[in-house]
Amino acid sequence: MLRFAAIRILRAVLTIALVVTFAFLVLRLSGDPARSIMGDDASPEAMAAFRREWGLDQPLWMQYLHYFAAIFQGELGRSMRGGGPALDLVLGRIPATLMLTLPALLMKLAIGIPAGIYAALHRDSAIDRAVMVTAVAGYTVPSFVLGLVLVQVLAIWFAWLPTGGTGSLQHLILPIITLGVGGAAVLARFVRSAMLEVLGQPYIRTASAKGIPWAAVVRGHALPNAAIPTVTIVGFMVGNLIAGSVVVESVFSWPGVGNLLVVSVTARDLAVVQCILLLVAVAMVLSNLIVDFLYGFLDPRLSTGGAET
Amino acid sequence: MANPAGTAPASALPAAWSSQPLLMIEGLTVDFSGVQVIRGIDLTVARGASLGIVGESGSGKSVTWLAALGLLPRTATVSGSIRLDGEELRGAAATRLDRIRGGRVAMIFQDPSSALNPVIRIGRQVGEVLARHQGVSGSSIRAQTKRLFDLVGLPDAARRFDAYPHELSGGQNQRVMIAMALAGKPDVLVADEPTTALDATIQAQILDLLTTIRRERGMALVLISHDLGVVSETCERIMVMYGGRVVETAPSDSIFANPRHPYTQGLLAALPPFEGALQRLIPIEGQVPEPANMPPGCPFAPRCPQRMAVCEVAIPPLAQTEAGRFSACIAGPAKEAQQPLKLSTKVPA
Repeated sequence: MLRFAAIRILRAVLTIALVVTFAFLVLRLSGDPARSIMGDDASPEAMAAFRREWGLDQPLWMQYLHYFAAIFQGELGRSMRGGGPALDLVLGRIPATLMLTLPALLMKLAIGIPAGIYAALHRDSAIDRAVMVTAVAGYTVPSFVLGLVLVQVLAIWFAWLPTGGTGSLQHLILPIITLGVGGAAVLARFVRSAMLEVLGQPYIRTASAKGIPWAAVVRGHALPNAAIPTVTIVGFMVGNLIAGSVVVESVFSWPGVGNLLVVSVTARDLAVVQCILLLVAVAMVLSNLIVDFLYGFLDPRLSTGGAET
Repeated sequence: MANPAGTAPASALPAAWSSQPLLMIEGLTVDFSGVQVIRGIDLTVARGASLGIVGESGSGKSVTWLAALGLLPRTATVSGSIRLDGEELRGAAATRLDRIRGGRVAMIFQDPSSALNPVIRIGRQVGEVLARHQGVSGSSIRAQTKRLFDLVGLPDAARRFDAYPHELSGGQNQRVMIAMALAGKPDVLVADEPTTALDATIQAQILDLLTTIRRERGMALVLISHDLGVVSETCERIMVMYGGRVVETAPSDSIFANPRHPYTQGLLAALPPFEGALQRLIPIEGQVPEPANMPPGCPFAPRCPQRMAVCEVAIPPLAQTEAGRFSACIAGPAKEAQQPLKLSTKVPA
């Protein structure tokens, strides 16, 4: 178990390092921050001064080493636009993002899992088909389209809800629904197929042959097995809590991390973008770690050794 | 033909019991979306008797018992009658069937490692049956499970309660399955190919265990197998199935000495001899027909070396050939009993 944990953690750190490196290279090679922040008509002297101030005049590998060394000292750089610490800027936006993504995650779980289980238990029934058609529609419609349609119908035609921005609980409703629908649809389909797979296993027939009532077979024998693959996809959704709402925040002009990311990328505000990417990578890797440990808990074949491995 | 596949009741049992068969199946048919896979099965099982059911894959031997216990998917249509002590099981309420399954009729399956739930401790899986059918609860579940594990010869029984199926071998898992089946103190144990997935040495141990338990508990045993040899050693009576029908039933010693149906003769010819020099086994030519493409007459006719013109149009009824023996063959019963096997001797290269 200890070895298992050590390997997982080492791999997690390596993944984060790779993400950071990749983000660094792409951002430095894809545009000139001095030009995007100072503007095209800045004087060459001002540009040179800006580059010197932010270390952009040094060779790329020097910048990389400095950047990496700084991360290990907990220093994530300063915003080139506002001048404040990038980390504070990003952390300040996280509560706003979580206000959308946490309720949306609950919505995905509360709708997707029961819908998937019900559809699997009533395979090929009218309700199963209805659930699956809805689910296909739910995850094929891109969130910006869904968001705009919801705004058009509920905010403009009926004027029940605000079109965007912040200020009241009503402002939360449309962005949360827009975020939740796709995930609920994905989860419904995934849980359905996981359940169908499990329900076809011989041990389900064994449980019925023992005289266990069907409801108890589903609860006690099928669900614990179907939970194992489902944890993976829910873990992915948890990892997406911070960065999963970029598009929706733009559609509804919501002042969260996603909005900050779009603005910072456009402006080539390197420190802020890198800081966001680092946080996203950490969130993803952490949720993956949790999933791995949950696996060990849910599936005794992984944690107690034996015939496996 | 009252009880064509009827099994002789064990002589030690009270006479009152033998008057009514414990389990009786009449005119059972099963359709899967319009395709008939079981085409009229009649059989009876007496208390404490042992019945072996033999046939190739697809002959319907497992489906018969899954249908009898209501374990087939909803896409299956079952007709006919299945009676346990006179009580009709077909169409019985789910709550009633749940009392019977595991409590009066237990079933064990082919691959024990996949028939046990991988994420539940085996002790709990056995305990479920004790709790449900014997009303056992609390700490006595552990004690009784241990006793059952001892009974089925699971080594280190006390420690096994908390083990998971993947920590046990296939043979040990099958012992757990048998313990689980015995936990409900059933009157009938249906063992569906219980040794097919196991090594040959383990196979003999499991069969011995089943025989011993049957004798000690006075429990009836239905052993389903594709292996005539396995069944004949364990069961008093044998029923041979082909294409969703019963083609022959007989006491196991007489079926070996003198098989009536050409299909049974073919099965025997394909068995390796118990003694003497090794010789080439004689396979039955051809394939079992698909349920959707059953020949109009005798299902075995296309592969039968004794086929006559009438076999391809008329379905032969299961008819008594002598006391306690039935065969469904138009050509077969007319043959002399001592006639040597006339089988195609072509052996594929």
